[in-house]
Amino acid sequence: MAVARRRFLTYLVAAPTLTVAAQLVMDAVAPATASAVIPTAPAIADLVDLGDILILAGLPTSDMLVLAVGEDGTATLGLPREEVGQGLTTAIAMLVAEELDLPLTDVRIELDDARPELLFDQLTGSSNSIRSLYDPVRRAAAAARVRLVAAAAARWGLAAGKLTTGNGSVVAPDGRTASYGSLSVAAADASLTGLTVTLKAESQHTLVGTPTSRIDARKIVTGRQEYTLDLDIPGAKPCMVRRPPTVNGTVKSVANEAAIRAMPGVLDVVVIPTGVAVVAETFGQALAGKDALEVAWGPGTIDGLSDDGIRTKLKAAAPSFSFLALTKHIDAEFDFAFVSHAPLETNSAVADVRSDHATIWSGLKSPIVAQQTIAAELGLPEDKVTVHVVQAGGSFGRRLFFDAALEAAQVSKASGRPIRLMWSRIDDMRHGRMRPATHHKLRATYALGQVLTFEHRVAAVETDFRHGLGEILTAMAAKLPTGLGNETIAQTLFLTTVKSPYNFGVTTQTLTEVPLTMHTGSWRSVYSANARGAEEILVDELATAFGKDPLSFRRTFLKSDAQRAVLDKAAAAGNWGRTMPPGHAQGIAFHEEYKSRTACLVEIDATDPKAPRVTKAVVAVDVGRPINPRGLEAQMLGGLTDAISTTLRAGLHIDKGLPLEGSYSQFHYARQKNSPTDVQVIVLPPAADAEPGGAGELGVPAAVGAIANAYARATGTHPRTFPINFDVDFTPFPR
Amino acid sequence: MPSHTFSVNGKSVTVDAPSDLPLLWVLRDLLGIRGPKYGCGIDVCKACTSHLDGAAINPCVVPVSEAAGHEITTIEGLANGDTLHPVQEAWLDVDVPQCGYCQPGQIMAAAALLKTTSTPTDADIDAIANVCRCGTYVRIREAIKAAAEKMA
Repeated sequence: MAVARRRFLTYLVAAPTLTVAAQLVMDAVAPATASAVIPTAPAIADLVDLGDILILAGLPTSDMLVLAVGEDGTATLGLPREEVGQGLTTAIAMLVAEELDLPLTDVRIELDDARPELLFDQLTGSSNSIRSLYDPVRRAAAAARVRLVAAAAARWGLAAGKLTTGNGSVVAPDGRTASYGSLSVAAADASLTGLTVTLKAESQHTLVGTPTSRIDARKIVTGRQEYTLDLDIPGAKPCMVRRPPTVNGTVKSVANEAAIRAMPGVLDVVVIPTGVAVVAETFGQALAGKDALEVAWGPGTIDGLSDDGIRTKLKAAAPSFSFLALTKHIDAEFDFAFVSHAPLETNSAVADVRSDHATIWSGLKSPIVAQQTIAAELGLPEDKVTVHVVQAGGSFGRRLFFDAALEAAQVSKASGRPIRLMWSRIDDMRHGRMRPATHHKLRATYALGQVLTFEHRVAAVETDFRHGLGEILTAMAAKLPTGLGNETIAQTLFLTTVKSPYNFGVTTQTLTEVPLTMHTGSWRSVYSANARGAEEILVDELATAFGKDPLSFRRTFLKSDAQRAVLDKAAAAGNWGRTMPPGHAQGIAFHEEYKSRTACLVEIDATDPKAPRVTKAVVAVDVGRPINPRGLEAQMLGGLTDAISTTLRAGLHIDKGLPLEGSYSQFHYARQKNSPTDVQVIVLPPAADAEPGGAGELGVPAAVGAIANAYARATGTHPRTFPINFDVDFTPFPR
Repeated sequence: MPSHTFSVNGKSVTVDAPSDLPLLWVLRDLLGIRGPKYGCGIDVCKACTSHLDGAAINPCVVPVSEAAGHEITTIEGLANGDTLHPVQEAWLDVDVPQCGYCQPGQIMAAAALLKTTSTPTDADIDAIANVCRCGTYVRIREAIKAAAEKMA
């Protein structure tokens, strides 16, 4: 890294001649290539991103996928990932159906239990599932197909090469067919050897790449989709936990345990490390019991600390700029508040702990670490703890952690009965995970129509990655080509995810963490929502300084034609530059991560600056090779809504060691009335030979920038703290 | 323990429960009807939205005693056997759900709206306050309009 920077500085020193030449070109037409601007050296994330590392880590075990073809002709794939609403099971089923020539309705996807033998290949995160599974799933399905063909060839006494497959059957040249179901036993014969597995050419895909509805949609709309607490586990009793008045506070004593035990329906009261659990016949009774508890609490880990104090620490932590402001420059500082993950399904788990084994059910994105931790907690061998992964009601990063499962196991062991444990919404917001608050210092220097340097210092409250990702990065560090081996986990994650898409001369993006012992965690797009969001705001301000339109400024300084193509799509479809009434404005921004890129154009009505509404949005997205464009659209809609929420109104206030917000009436995640009525998502077609890029988190950062830029233009202000409207407009719940 | 008799999805039920126990827990924990979801318990997120005599209610704040003598419909009772309600059909056509956890409530809210307002305006749809944390609002709006057309 240091070497590359020195080399680049040398290049920059030679830059003035280039700059002059560029100036001439720039005045003529917007250049199609980056030759007229001061190029920026590739960032680490351009060379190897977090997804690449996870794919590398998973490679040794990536073929341990289990695909079964039953006598009923259906194919069932065990998926070592979690479905949280991102549409993964549908996309994976499409890959199986495509490669196997089987109707989609005959493909089943089952979420695997924790499989410790998979080591690093059972973590759902970093927009990595399709990227990591695209080849292995197709290989598994192709291997099944070749065996089915071989079985039919043996049955008919024909050469396998003469046979074709279609619609769940093997077809002979004379028109005879054999259904996969009828071949499933013969195809399992180990004597079928010497088979060559060949993947279908992507140009032959008929299902993959076409908009497809979710395979679980009918279950969902009829109320039959089962989440963790909808499962019928015999004898499992509802349980809720009374939690401390400050983050990480401890239980000193319970004053009225006998009175609580005498309440209707209450079955047990159990002290666990995180609070006092009440077990009852119904959740309503468990809730009433926990609310009536009188508990003496010990101190927490951030008692007395509030937003102001945290912001002061962050500002102090952000290092100084390396470049003096000798030329013209723009400096800007930004603050982003803590944000709750707030999935609609609160943290929940079912646990059945017996003396010699245990069974857990929960929505888990890192089930192997959950299994290891719970086994250690219970004093059981790992193979005596079965961890079932249950489809979850949202995550946004939250379900990388497994705290409800751990608590349920603790209570089940102490109470001697199976437990269904649920967090209240208030607890989920106050004691759950959150995106850390961040402070950003940016400086861009420029001269003669060029951006010479672009520096971004991010200071963030420490993000907790102790859910298995840290172990993966540590294990892979030595194999990484970019000298990341000595970096901390957080630095590695930052450097492998955050990058600037622009030719802004010497570009440096750094992270400094402020360690606070509180419940943080990756939140959809991790560092990029804030970091890239802030950068896109500065890009607009640079355009203004250059006297350029924000669109043509971005076109000039983006690095590639592929990037410009996405930007141009959004600008054209969104009619960029159209006249807007007073108080209304457009905003545009660009973002690239995990081999994918997107541009977002929004229109905002900020005639009341305290109650702005994004009225229209156009999102263009290029993921290289979309598997399910309808699912991809949904992910972009989600990212857009996340950006609307966190940019304009949704955040957490920390007050004396605890978030004030305790429900959606206080944490202002967008409702229908805050959502645009006119949204268009444009999915770019696959590029030849392109691999699928990441999509799950892609939609947030560009939308953050576009919304902030639109708001700035509509109101004539320069927003610097987010969310923009962040008053405590509610009476907090009691602690 | 008082006893409460009411109808759920066309079937008469009698439950013994404290009168102030929220209907949500009677449905979910005593009757095993788990389509209505807990999301906040204070009538804010509206994930549990169901119908009482055809109008939208939030069982997390309705005491079981208030259900006595009435007809409760949950998401499980919206379809007519295998024939989906037009709102459910529209939800499938538009492919609304992501995680799906709020969708039973969203669908019940939309069905209740269309009962009283056959051609809802954008403002009518904006008035549905059910939270969707996945951000499916655009598709919800589209599906409600499509359902309204189907039912016209």
